[in-house]
Amino acid sequence: MKQLIYQVGTVIRKDLAVEMRSRERLIAMLVFALIVILVFSFAFDLRVQDAAAVAPGVLWVTFSFAGMLGLGRSFVREREDGCLDGLLLCPVDRSAIYVAKMVGNLLFIALMEACTLPIFFALFNLALPPLLLVVILLGTIGFAAVGTLFAAMMAYARARDLLLPVLFFPIVIPLLIAGVKLSAGLFDGQPWSEINHWLHFMIAFDVILLVVSYLSFEYLVEE
Amino acid sequence: MIAVEQLTKSFNGQPVLRGIDLHVSPGECVAIMGPNGAGKTTLLRILATLSRPSGGRLTIDGLASESHASAIRQRVGLISHQPLLYEDLSAEENLRFYGRMYGVPDLEWRIAALLERVGLDLRRYELARTFSRGMKQRLAIARVLLHEPKVLLMDEPYTGLDEQAAGILDEMVSNGQAPRRTIVLTTHDMERGLQYSQRALILVKGQIAHQMDGSSWDPARFRQEYRRLVGAAR
Amino acid sequence: MAERQSQETTARTATGTPLKARPARAISLLHILTAGAIALGLVMAFLVAPREATMGDVQRIFYFHVAASWTGYLALAVTFVAGLLYLRRGERRWDRMSWASAEIGLLFITEGIITGSLWAKPVWGTWWTWDPRLTTSAVLWLVYAAYLLLRHSIEEEARRARFGAVYSILAFVAVPLNFMAIRWWRAMHPLVLNSPGFGMTPTMLITLIISVVAFTLLYMTMLSLRLRVARAEEALRQLRLQQEGLT
Repeated sequence: MKQLIYQVGTVIRKDLAVEMRSRERLIAMLVFALIVILVFSFAFDLRVQDAAAVAPGVLWVTFSFAGMLGLGRSFVREREDGCLDGLLLCPVDRSAIYVAKMVGNLLFIALMEACTLPIFFALFNLALPPLLLVVILLGTIGFAAVGTLFAAMMAYARARDLLLPVLFFPIVIPLLIAGVKLSAGLFDGQPWSEINHWLHFMIAFDVILLVVSYLSFEYLVEE
Repeated sequence: MIAVEQLTKSFNGQPVLRGIDLHVSPGECVAIMGPNGAGKTTLLRILATLSRPSGGRLTIDGLASESHASAIRQRVGLISHQPLLYEDLSAEENLRFYGRMYGVPDLEWRIAALLERVGLDLRRYELARTFSRGMKQRLAIARVLLHEPKVLLMDEPYTGLDEQAAGILDEMVSNGQAPRRTIVLTTHDMERGLQYSQRALILVKGQIAHQMDGSSWDPARFRQEYRRLVGAAR
Repeated sequence: MAERQSQETTARTATGTPLKARPARAISLLHILTAGAIALGLVMAFLVAPREATMGDVQRIFYFHVAASWTGYLALAVTFVAGLLYLRRGERRWDRMSWASAEIGLLFITEGIITGSLWAKPVWGTWWTWDPRLTTSAVLWLVYAAYLLLRHSIEEEARRARFGAVYSILAFVAVPLNFMAIRWWRAMHPLVLNSPGFGMTPTMLITLIISVVAFTLLYMTMLSLRLRVARAEEALRQLRLQQEGLT
């Protein structure tokens, strides 16, 4: 068990090291997120009064699209350099590889979100409710849980960049709905009792999808 | 050490391996030769537990592949066409990563020793991306020796190598040091294949068409059979 | 020759989860039952069921809409179970069933959405509404499309089957969660059009049940036919490989 945790940690550290060398994934996600926010600003021609109404939607669309961009690249290195075989040759549980990749993705997307949030709040001229961070974290966990699985599939598929959004979005729509409802509620200052069932929902969604993804991963990499 | 019984493998409904039986004793070196598409790479991948057989049984060091794949991986090393290296990591970072995954003790010391052995110690901090093919293969050799596998699987390892790398490989394949590793090697190069091995087989269309081992060692006949079965011998 | 024989035997007995093993004769019994049920359903829906008070004749679409939607969801369940069985057992027939069910499910859900839309326009004045059921149907449509696209982009057979199965498991878990989420979402806006509440007379109820049964039988028929085609394709491929001396 201890060895498993150590191996998971090793893979995460390796992914971080590889990413920090080129940073292309991170930068791409960040730039894309900023572009999305800007495009929305122009598209909705935001004025301060209307901002709060569309803000939750803009936030979640930005995070899910930019996050998906990053997810799509999570197995690319392994695929291009043939390193997935290298990983699979190691005496490590396939599910452990999933956990490592998922946590790595979670960290990268969270980093992108952390950089994007200040800009978002500045543009929309809103205050940050602290609980929003919890909501965003829960949403990101869900994205990473499901997205990592699909990213692994994409390592073997043709037309991979096009396929990922098609697979990804129908499954995470519940997360988006919950995220938007909670964000809107927090921005509007709604009483907690009215919206906390959404939080429970997100937690339940995350747990279920994590378990299913964890159990399914080995079937994806087997040959 | 390696026991393969009635191994079969199909892709897309098409059989690639059609019932392979093979027993390799500990310390033995086996060369597998054959035309492209014969199933050599597939067989090696199955031995490395990268691929699951469609039928039949595989046992390595007494461990069955269906139930103890992870334990088998600890004992097996694979050198394939692709070096399996992370381009954005340095030579030592690559080795450190794999070393940790395999739980290699005294890791730093072993990394230094291996880099020196394959002649890459001066380049230990350079990214794998900057290496030539020969250098990458040498680093791959270091990678495979890290966890001191009992079984070495090599898939056409000499292809595209420079003199230095080929020399290091020769050293490994000749198996001079004790404890002798069990080696299974596939190659197109007949001479190299026969040079250090104690057993040679010709694989054609997923079946063993001809075998030669210690008791009946006849290279001339082997070459003849190869020519007959495969076409012009290389 | 022996191989083809065993293929045929497998073909006859392997009709999968909701359908128990049947000999070839019973499959034509299914055809007859289906034809009969559909005919009956049509008669009931258009002639026997009473004209609804507020909506008029357009309400009759309801029978087809509910039946089609229900079948669309049933198909997802079958795709899921067959996918799961494929992962556990590795038998190709489960994969064939999973795939066939997804293709047919897409058809039924498309019909469900179209009939739902056709019904919505005269009743609510809009082609579309974010009502939980319609929205979830739309998501289910996307799920089927994604499943088929996924299969299309994986070249190796066994991998294609495994990926499809994994996706179907995720989808089966996510779609109900989806429904819940949308339901709660809409529940907070009371002025949104609710599901058309109209009192159902016993005749209407019977018509509805017959429609649902008819569509389910239709689904089963289409599934068995699609499976037959799939098995034939596979047999053909095996023969071709034999011809080329590869088997």
